[in-house]
Amino acid sequence: MMRQAAAALIARDLRLLWARRGDALQPALFALLTVVLFALGLGGDAKSLAPVASAVLWLAVLLAGLLALDSLFRGDAEDGSLEQWMLAPVPLWWLVLVRTLMHWATTALPVIVAVPLLGELLHLPRAQLPVLMASLLLGTPILSLFGAVVAALTVGMRRAGILVALLALPLYVPVLVFGAGAVAASAQGLDADGALLLLGAGLVISLVLAPPTTAAALRIAHN
Amino acid sequence: MPDEHVHASPLLAARGLAFSRNETPVFGPLDFSLDANEALLVQGGNGAGKTTLLRVLAGLLRADAGAIPIDGCPARADLRARFVAYLGHLPGLKGDLTALQNLEFLCGLHGRRSKQTPQAAMDIVGLGGYEDAPLRTLSAGQKKRLGLARLWLSPAPLWLLDEPYANLDLDGLDLVNRMVQAHLRSGGAALITTHGAYAAPPVQTKMLHLGGEA
Amino acid sequence: MNPVVRWFHQLGSPPYFDRFAARWAPWAYLLGLLAMGVGLYGALFAVPADYQQGDSFRILYIHVPSAWMSMAVFALMAFYAAIALVWRIKLCEILAMACAPSGAAFTLVTLATGSIWGKPMWGTWWDWDPRLTTELIVLLVYVGLMGLYAAIDDRRNAARAAGFLAIVGVALLPVIRWSVVWWNSLHQGQTISLFGKSHMDPSMLWPLVWMIAGTKLWFVGSLLGRARADNLRRETGKDWVTKLAGGTP
Repeated sequence: MMRQAAAALIARDLRLLWARRGDALQPALFALLTVVLFALGLGGDAKSLAPVASAVLWLAVLLAGLLALDSLFRGDAEDGSLEQWMLAPVPLWWLVLVRTLMHWATTALPVIVAVPLLGELLHLPRAQLPVLMASLLLGTPILSLFGAVVAALTVGMRRAGILVALLALPLYVPVLVFGAGAVAASAQGLDADGALLLLGAGLVISLVLAPPTTAAALRIAHN
Repeated sequence: MPDEHVHASPLLAARGLAFSRNETPVFGPLDFSLDANEALLVQGGNGAGKTTLLRVLAGLLRADAGAIPIDGCPARADLRARFVAYLGHLPGLKGDLTALQNLEFLCGLHGRRSKQTPQAAMDIVGLGGYEDAPLRTLSAGQKKRLGLARLWLSPAPLWLLDEPYANLDLDGLDLVNRMVQAHLRSGGAALITTHGAYAAPPVQTKMLHLGGEA
Repeated sequence: MNPVVRWFHQLGSPPYFDRFAARWAPWAYLLGLLAMGVGLYGALFAVPADYQQGDSFRILYIHVPSAWMSMAVFALMAFYAAIALVWRIKLCEILAMACAPSGAAFTLVTLATGSIWGKPMWGTWWDWDPRLTTELIVLLVYVGLMGLYAAIDDRRNAARAAGFLAIVGVALLPVIRWSVVWWNSLHQGQTISLFGKSHMDPSMLWPLVWMIAGTKLWFVGSLLGRARADNLRRETGKDWVTKLAGGTP
């Protein structure tokens, strides 16, 4: 039953993505814009950009994800799909987990794929790229899972806007710290493994704890 | 009638059910029961709380007081989910998908009655030929019929229908009645809200009137 | 029934709580002010100057109790919220939401006093010290919570949503604190923490105790006052409120 529901949800999301495939590029474009703005603000020379490149890239990915958070549940809340999820014989947390991971795959993953290219724009030192990619791959799902809780709490609200960011960012702090910190550590010559392992552990814990939390939040907000 | 299942206890019952919003009571306390092969018609004006009642029965809202035993026992959430099929104002259909794709998703989510296919259900509700039409292109009445098709495919014995006659032409009204009739005959039950003197299903119906306080 | 349990049930009734809060809030404020007065006198005049930091250390007597309260109030808020969510007790919803503005105020005081304290030491008004950074994030969580509470129309749903977030926040706070400490050690090396575990001579401790007691009492007063106001607002239109306002129901 659960497998069937998951398969149906994945198929639906893929079909929806295909129907609006133009939209799928938007987070990546936003990340590009962020990079451009940072370069314009800092001065385009390698000397100013290279030391901050990894942090700017982490921020670009994080902010793009924050903006994309709105599309996680809003569409389904507006047409009554969310109700059907709550009424389904499979646990809500399961549907939330599948949906969040699909959302991550369709909004965050394209941005991460673009990161090497964006890194070139910021003169990111080549040696930092592997750690950066690893930290992003481990950290961004955590951001999606945490962000889902906030998205769930604000799902009914019309003018959620900045409030969602305000609520989500404190939850994002540990991920950003360990994610960007891992790259900073490796840049300083220190071992990044500790931070990456922490991110990995955080990911596992979030996979277990965040979906039921989000499901509870959905029920509270849907009242 | 043949095909009747004899249930010792009613399929659905409400005992002292009450709900309030922002300190103002919406309805209650209510007491009623619904057996298999029965329909319950909930009448009331706008704002009387019919939709709220249905949502409480479906498990979407939590009542302030009272119990809703299903089949005689207090129901856990997953039991209620298997038992109940809810058709509300928002049918949960995605505009970007085709009609058939929508049905396939909802069947994957809720399960499907054996021996019924999405294709066949669409024919029954009069949408045969619209399988690949994007949902966006369908009229309100056609979308309602698709919602009815989903209901037809659902394995749940209890139907909760919120204003099922809305948006439908005379043909559609007849369709709803026929569906309810067939569902009841096979041992199911239906709870229907309506705010007017709409055509009521030609089956054994109980009535519940919710007073709409101004 | 156990008299304590009975009293709790009574307290949940809005008119009873209104009388209770109206009676005790002024006392809490008064005692709090007195205690803080004693503590401040001790802090400013009675206690000798620190041999290392001179007189500027005296702000600790405001900073430490505020920091303590900012965390304690958060924990209390989450506690009330948990009870409100599980047992659906309206009074606990009100109490949880009444905690937030006070907690935010204490956090603001912590940040301000921390900044003032740091100026003679660091030479700047701000340093990304782990304690202050965490307090800043805590302030943002408080503000976000109050924003969420204000943004939802139905008061009970709003309290439930904000309360839920408070619980999530309290669970994540240790993680946030830990990550900020790690971040600080990574980027700034081992700095001697300004607000670290310094051992205070017992002779200098007593004003701190008075200040801690005073701020707690003050908080109780403000909690009762704010909860009473929220309670009245929610119950507007009921007979007992109309009578209280001097009208005829």
